[in-house]
Amino acid sequence: MKDHGTCAGWRILFSSAALLLVLAANVLLGFTQSRNNAVAQTDAAPRHSYAELEKVPESARGGRNPLESDPTAAAAGGKLYQHYCAVCHGNTADGGRKGPSLRAPEVRAATPGMLFWILTNGVVRRGMPVWSRIPEPQRWQIVSYLKSLD
Amino acid sequence: MLLAICWLLPWVLCARLAGSQESPYFVTYDHYLEEPGNLEVEYFSTFGTQGTGNDFHAYWIEFEYGVKAWYTTELYLDGQTTFGDSTIFTGFRWESRIRPLQREHFLNPVLYFEYEQISEADKILKEVEGHDVAQDHAAPDALTRQTVNHELEFKLILSKTFNGWNIAINPLATKSLLPSVPWEFGYATGVSRPLALKASAQSCNLCRENFIAGLEMYGGLGDTQNPGLHDTSHYLAPVVAWNVPSGWTLRLSPGFGLNDSSHRLLLRWGVSHEFAGFGDAVGRLFGRRP
Repeated sequence: MKDHGTCAGWRILFSSAALLLVLAANVLLGFTQSRNNAVAQTDAAPRHSYAELEKVPESARGGRNPLESDPTAAAAGGKLYQHYCAVCHGNTADGGRKGPSLRAPEVRAATPGMLFWILTNGVVRRGMPVWSRIPEPQRWQIVSYLKSLD
Repeated sequence: MLLAICWLLPWVLCARLAGSQESPYFVTYDHYLEEPGNLEVEYFSTFGTQGTGNDFHAYWIEFEYGVKAWYTTELYLDGQTTFGDSTIFTGFRWESRIRPLQREHFLNPVLYFEYEQISEADKILKEVEGHDVAQDHAAPDALTRQTVNHELEFKLILSKTFNGWNIAINPLATKSLLPSVPWEFGYATGVSRPLALKASAQSCNLCRENFIAGLEMYGGLGDTQNPGLHDTSHYLAPVVAWNVPSGWTLRLSPGFGLNDSSHRLLLRWGVSHEFAGFGDAVGRLFGRRP
């Protein structure tokens, strides 16, 4: 820096401090939410976590997986699952700190159309983001993987 | 800065690397927010040619944190080097994006608010608004850095993804906190698509589905005192992003000025890394049991 080096240094220091404050505030806000979610997962995960499946519109429930007969779909879906989903639902889909188990009877009983709809629309209020940014065929590959779980 | 790095490093190391299909846009926003608890650290550069005055290299670092599934916040730190002049820190921005609707719709709105405290020497061109023109960047840094602007910026992000195509439109309005400065307007719009819609079963870095290509266009629309397109600048920029499965994303975009008031070339590139579970890692530092 040629000019006003000291001034710029103070600005950088101030900005770093501001950054830490902002991050701390937001992380703590998120932390409170995820702690509440964690309690919910422990105490009441089994029922209310799967209630969203019941809210899937009738028109979406019958949606058929176009990759049903694709032998590589589940393997590709497994790769995508590790990429996008495992951080919340666990590496083996048994459930994690934030997301419920995807091996539960409620999920196994769900139609491919219901899983696809949940994946597309998320459960924003409960912390699951919308995943429509994942291209449609890849979302179906994830559904294939979930349906392949024992 | 060293202190900040020392504080952040353990959190970053405790966090898990995440893969995510990041947008290739540099200026346009789509309606996807950061996943809750994830921190994305991004570095972007803009090299700009200058008809009158010296070429420049402007850069910014961005910390994007998903507070909730419907709320993302970001902090930007801006700087620039003007060749033959100086290298300076030009200010910071703090933005928030809020998703008001819970589900996907035909068009998905996201509300964007930003406070920025940046000097007139700022050249990152994160957005183009009002009567911003290339000649604004010709003055020496020693002069322009003396004026620091405090501004609020509002955007309505409208975005839709269909058959792999994302289309996003962002009208924007900016207001300086000085009452005498008028509202300024601008726009950004983009379209993009992954090179392949189906994923391969094998893990691979160079698979076509890891690449997203697109095009974005942005520019100014005048202000409340002088509305219209005269003395405004506009850019058209192909964009490409490479989402590496390890969690890194690389972006590249050569932008071309569309009129005499624009920089002839804005070459942008960027690298970002997403840390999943950052919020949880911080929570553990505060004593939460795993």
